[in-house]
Amino acid sequence: MSTTFDLIVIGAGPGGYVAAIRAAQLGLNVACIEKEKALGGTCLRVGCIPSKALLESSELYEEAKSHFSSRGINVGKLDLDLQKMLGQKNETVTTLTRGIDGLFKKNKVTRFQGHATFQSPDKLVVRSSSGTEELAAKKYLIATGSMPATLPGVVLDGDRVITSTEALEFEKVPEKLVVIGGGAIGLEMGTVWRRLGSDVTVLEYLDRILPGMDGELAKQALKIYKAQGLKFQLGAKVTGVTVNRKNCDVHVDGADDIRCDRVLVSVGRKPNTENLGLEEVGIQTDKRGFIQVNEHYETSTPGVFAIGDVIGGAMLAHKAEEEGIACVERIVTGYGHVNYNAIPAIVYTTPEVASVGMTEEQLTEKKIEYRSGSFPFAANGRARAIGHAEGMVKILADKKTDRILGAHIIGPHAGDLIAEVAVAIEFHASSEDLARCCHAHPTLAEAVKEAALAVDKRAIHF
Amino acid sequence: MAMEIVVPAVGESISEVQIGEWYIPEGKWVATDTDIVGLETDKATFDVPAPAGGKITRILKKAGERAAVGDVIGYFEEVAAPEGQDSGSSSKSSGAKKEEAPARPAASSGNSSSSSGDSKVMPAASRELAQRGMDAGQVSPTGPGGRMLKEDVIRTAEQGSQSGSVTSQPMRSEDVIPLSPIRRRIAERLVSAQHEAALLTTFNEIDMSGVMALRNQYKDEFQKKYDIKLGFMSFFVKAVVDALNQVPQVGAQLKDNKLVYRNYYDIGIAVGGGKGLVVPVLRNVERMSFAEIELAIADFARRAKDNKVTLEELEGGTFTITNGGIYGSLLSTPIVNPPQSGVLGMHGIFDRPIALNGEVVIRPMMYVALTYDHRVVDGREAVTFLKRIKDVIEAPARMLMEI
Repeated sequence: MSTTFDLIVIGAGPGGYVAAIRAAQLGLNVACIEKEKALGGTCLRVGCIPSKALLESSELYEEAKSHFSSRGINVGKLDLDLQKMLGQKNETVTTLTRGIDGLFKKNKVTRFQGHATFQSPDKLVVRSSSGTEELAAKKYLIATGSMPATLPGVVLDGDRVITSTEALEFEKVPEKLVVIGGGAIGLEMGTVWRRLGSDVTVLEYLDRILPGMDGELAKQALKIYKAQGLKFQLGAKVTGVTVNRKNCDVHVDGADDIRCDRVLVSVGRKPNTENLGLEEVGIQTDKRGFIQVNEHYETSTPGVFAIGDVIGGAMLAHKAEEEGIACVERIVTGYGHVNYNAIPAIVYTTPEVASVGMTEEQLTEKKIEYRSGSFPFAANGRARAIGHAEGMVKILADKKTDRILGAHIIGPHAGDLIAEVAVAIEFHASSEDLARCCHAHPTLAEAVKEAALAVDKRAIHF
Repeated sequence: MAMEIVVPAVGESISEVQIGEWYIPEGKWVATDTDIVGLETDKATFDVPAPAGGKITRILKKAGERAAVGDVIGYFEEVAAPEGQDSGSSSKSSGAKKEEAPARPAASSGNSSSSSGDSKVMPAASRELAQRGMDAGQVSPTGPGGRMLKEDVIRTAEQGSQSGSVTSQPMRSEDVIPLSPIRRRIAERLVSAQHEAALLTTFNEIDMSGVMALRNQYKDEFQKKYDIKLGFMSFFVKAVVDALNQVPQVGAQLKDNKLVYRNYYDIGIAVGGGKGLVVPVLRNVERMSFAEIELAIADFARRAKDNKVTLEELEGGTFTITNGGIYGSLLSTPIVNPPQSGVLGMHGIFDRPIALNGEVVIRPMMYVALTYDHRVVDGREAVTFLKRIKDVIEAPARMLMEI
């Protein structure tokens, strides 16, 4: 049976489900196709949410084990019930994915379960275990997201050589874990298992971790992670992994093999376009497989749009959400906008690392003259009081107009603190504007105000 | 987030309008309150203003299409003014932009900068204004939502310190003011009236001494009884009813090669309103008394000045009276209000020497003009009509006695 919708969204991750709900709010008759039974995409099911749950659990464990005593709290022998910890994570995921079901019902978004494939520009086929269905719509939005990539010579086997998905489900704490890739995902997962007792080594191809993030922050982060016990090999080229019966060996070019229990491959993610039928409708992708779109998020096939991880750019849930909303709003009202200069990126280790806007390296490359203001958490009263005084806030402002061009924070709750600066950037605020806003005392946010003052060399507390 | 542009309620009986004209194209930035689209009904044009400074992002109904009251006809997005635009002021579409003298830092005074609750001056901009002794009004804001940024103040201050460019000479400049929509509408209808109808004007003159004497005799009693001044309009309206009874062709209307005669008289009285000439209509005038006529006209005049005449009051009408005399006009050729076939023009009352019974006497005289559509009304009928007006005003007793 064929039904014609105003819009069919393929994929119910943060990009897809948000776009579907927004479209329904704007009065469209929307359908959303998701191949997994649970909605929410990578983010809700095997990404953002479960990893943050485990990061929280593992941090509490480490705090109890190593830091409580310094505050006069003695806990005696600490016990880890990994199954229960994973159970709490799973419950969180289930609650949230069910929440999306509820939102779809509330907004009257029609849900289809199955794998969608374009057969022609006006026919979509959805295949599931219960059969095949044909759907059609006036417009389509592809939000199929991405999946973990791997390196040549490194074969994922779902058991010993795994991705972040499996790393969220280890039945027991690996004795030795090797993480290939020193980006956010590798560092976060490596941190989780290190806290729970693993011996973790991170192998990174470049000579620095957190590629793309502000260099000064990445250096500070590396120092702090090392002090926490995370091991690093930078400039390491992994050529392959051999899986043995009871362990595996990671081969590093020009260095000794590393023997370990599990290998987490976190070298990046590739677009999910398999079996989508892109060729049938003439949708063009670039050489890495990302779907190409114009500034309206329309693909090379008129009437078919794409957003989120599948079109590349920053692979962030909130970037997908913004694009989903902008795409749908543009379709209905003629206006939809994403300010790519104000999309924060966060690494949820301890301390957290967060940034929004441009880095010093990017500004230098674009030959934009800027001033920089930094403030260390060591000089922030609240940070000291809570015992997390590592890190700093750095704000970059245009030399002539003083407009805030970027902010980079490493420290406690950096991910929450960055939101203020993202808002300031949207409002075209200058560093002086931020500095003239009252920030409560004693809060971590004061460090942001002081960093803004520091741009003009007027910090009070440093 | 886009705002909806909705057809407002424009009159009790109106459920549908026609999109007249989108004054602003999609994508062009306009200041808040600028008229962006004109909606038309048969009698009037209504403008919809921009709800904020920004752009029309999508037009859903084009000019000429119809839309119901409450329909969304387009979307509007609030957007910061592009550099150089003054987004803060509400510039109606008829405003001309004058070159402002660039700001010069005046002697600094404590309260020259505004930092009030709802001002859109960012904190650093506020400080810059204060420090430079400038006023917020001198700066064009470029921030989101019309916010004034620190860099806006600095830029304005720097422009001021450069040598100013040559502006147009004060004695020979031009102001280009676009026609307001109601003006445009009036223009359209007048031109179409001239093209469609075969318009001629016939004149006569009226010795107003008789009706003036009558008026003087009864005006106090009239005022006391009806609490309204006894003017001349009531006499003329009554005279028109009388004349229309005698020469009904003047009140007929041409419709698809047919003549439509009505058995009632709805007479439009032209009044100068706030936004232009409007012609509210007195209904069933044949049944109205002197007092009722005066009261109705006074009410129309007052409401027209405040633009509060409703659409229903402007519709219909079988004949129109216009009075240029209140502005001092001696003689004129009024234009017919289509689809009517005649219009009576009253003029100023001026003492003039006339010949009466072989003598030269000075009488208060009013020229009257009847412009008529010759397709409907013959010359003889038009002249007879106007002569009847003259006879009845000069001797109002004729109306009473029907001779």
